[in-house]
Amino acid sequence: MTRDDLDVDPDELYGRLKAYEGRTAASGGTGRDPVNEPMIRHWCEAMGDTNPAYPAVAPPTMLQAWTMGGLAGHPGGSARSEAYDELLALLDDVGCTSVVATDCEQEYPRPLRPGDRVTFDAVIESVSPRKTTRLGTGYFVTTRMNVRAGDGELVGTHRFRILKYAPARPKNAPKPEPAPKPGLTADPARRPRPVINRDNAGFWEGVARHQLLIQRCLDCATPRFPWLPGCGACGSLRWEAFEASGTGTVFSYVVMHHPPFPAFDPPYAVALIELAEGVRMVSGITGVPYDKVRIGMPVELEFLRVDEELELPVFRGAEA
Amino acid sequence: MSARKPDTLGGRAAIVGIGATEFSKDSGRSELKLAVEAVQAALDDAGLAPADVDGLVTFTMDTSPEITVAQACGIGDLTFFSRVHYGGGAACATVQQAALAVATGVAEVVVCYRAFNERSGRRFGSGVEHREPSAEGAALGWSLPFGLLTPASWVAMAAQRYLYAYGLKPEVFGHVAVTDRRHAATNPAAYFHGKPITLAEHAASRWIVEPLRLLDCCQETDGGQAIVVTSVERARDLPRPPAVITAAAQGAGRGQEQMTSFYRDDLTGLPEMGVVAGQLWRASGLTPADIDVAILYDHFTPFVLMQLEEFGFCGRGEAAGFVAGDALPLNTHGGQLGEAYLHGMNGIAEAVRQIRGSSVNQVPGAARALVTAGTGVPTSGLLLGADGCHARVSAVSGRRGAPSLVI
Repeated sequence: MTRDDLDVDPDELYGRLKAYEGRTAASGGTGRDPVNEPMIRHWCEAMGDTNPAYPAVAPPTMLQAWTMGGLAGHPGGSARSEAYDELLALLDDVGCTSVVATDCEQEYPRPLRPGDRVTFDAVIESVSPRKTTRLGTGYFVTTRMNVRAGDGELVGTHRFRILKYAPARPKNAPKPEPAPKPGLTADPARRPRPVINRDNAGFWEGVARHQLLIQRCLDCATPRFPWLPGCGACGSLRWEAFEASGTGTVFSYVVMHHPPFPAFDPPYAVALIELAEGVRMVSGITGVPYDKVRIGMPVELEFLRVDEELELPVFRGAEA
Repeated sequence: MSARKPDTLGGRAAIVGIGATEFSKDSGRSELKLAVEAVQAALDDAGLAPADVDGLVTFTMDTSPEITVAQACGIGDLTFFSRVHYGGGAACATVQQAALAVATGVAEVVVCYRAFNERSGRRFGSGVEHREPSAEGAALGWSLPFGLLTPASWVAMAAQRYLYAYGLKPEVFGHVAVTDRRHAATNPAAYFHGKPITLAEHAASRWIVEPLRLLDCCQETDGGQAIVVTSVERARDLPRPPAVITAAAQGAGRGQEQMTSFYRDDLTGLPEMGVVAGQLWRASGLTPADIDVAILYDHFTPFVLMQLEEFGFCGRGEAAGFVAGDALPLNTHGGQLGEAYLHGMNGIAEAVRQIRGSSVNQVPGAARALVTAGTGVPTSGLLLGADGCHARVSAVSGRRGAPSLVI
């Protein structure tokens, strides 16, 4: 699905974005190192550029390298302006949280030579109207940086364009779960969610209808759990889902004590249930204290509402 | 070929089947299903059945594990599985891996595969976005929401069934812990050097996941271990006595999962280690009685007992008594419980030291060592021997029809 549903009025938003055009994106920046032969040589080796003119002059396309702060950033902080930070934050707020650099254009009025010290500043040149690309919907933001050397002589311009966008979802991928209610996402005590993909979604659709669905091979009739696209007995890809009776026995179990599990309250039992249909599944046990669960104990299916989003098939034990 | 000499792989294996799904921009199905369809199509083309396959090779980048493809294809035990890294660079190497396995008899029919939703799923350059959960994630997803969350809990599920089947109490696992810690106590490299434990201390240690106690669980370690392999001929020119690789094997069982193989068999053994054991004994012509020292993977004590039974050192359900009787030198470095948990690589090093005669807990005259890898997962094993003492198979290969080590 292509997303064109940023939750804001596009005209109103575009007006606010346009207001940043012409404002400063960076000011008073100074190159971390003077233009120097070792960096030129490393760059040429990495790029495979054997032009004999280097390193007497710097390769022109190294222009941006002289303005970069390195992994630790510029000592004394970035030259980036508050206005540019605000613009990016505004785009984040409307859902354009992803960024991709799309292209850059450079001009080189004169070559840089070892010993040159660069300074730079940048301006927000333009913000595009809303655009939808294969990546998603968002806005192209173009900045233009002027790089100077010595007494302020212009040695290069660097026009840099990014797309700030809200990522499109891949076509036909399962839709993400609905946005959780406030308070739930950040709650570390949430149980792990089921891991749902196209091979097992049918099982969880069944759970939502309070049905415990097992696969059955349409060629050799072998019942199958966990859900998989093919039969482990004969390899057939043809299958149907059928509803389990819900009766079974405890085939094995454990009692969880340690480490502390935020979503759970140890000690608690987890069981491996053998269903009447002959397949097994891991599940929780209700109705019996953790220290009374035993192998062979008969159990009956029920559905446990864990939280607003999660319902699980569990099994009620009958204490002997 | 090696970087210096021509190799002997050529002319020993052949591609006999090719198969693919349709190629599209949006397959409409999971990557696992694409893998299964491609593997089955290739087998159809080859005129072979899933049951003929004993090896699978793919890319490290693939989201469909070999064991899950096997499980959904109706493929049974695997004796060879391998993955190659570095994206598309892996393609021809998957066939090289298969050819190595076939040429040496490690596997007879190996299928190489790669399947993905590269266009409709995750794309390079698209940054972080929603991605359909992989087959591997889905397999674990059947356990996590119910609170079965840790490796200890996955092992405990089988351990409970083992105790039930043989009428045993959890205290029997203590024999493994006590043996390991006794050896660690005299090993200066061991974390628990100088700290042996008693059965009573084991039985008094707190529950982690019933029926496993603290002292049934291995420690966690920071460290590294590496191993160098070369030809026996070259080994003889190097300073250390060689530890000859008498036999090496991988194994995955039918219905194999990674730690959660709850849905098959009786849950009282380790079928994948049975696959390894069968190959090691067949390839070497050796029997349990020939083994001087065993280094068995011990992240959790119950699986040491099951390994002893899979290898035939004792009968089913008898391993705790076997360990208590101290009949077989076991985990002489202290194991992962006592020395360090390096995913089994430190165990290989200990087996080498035993063959060299340089272990701190040296078994006098040790000439044959068994080493195993992780349990509860598709696994592997080695038989190592002193030079000139490594196998009996060349004498019996004609009779048994087993592949000769003498080529």
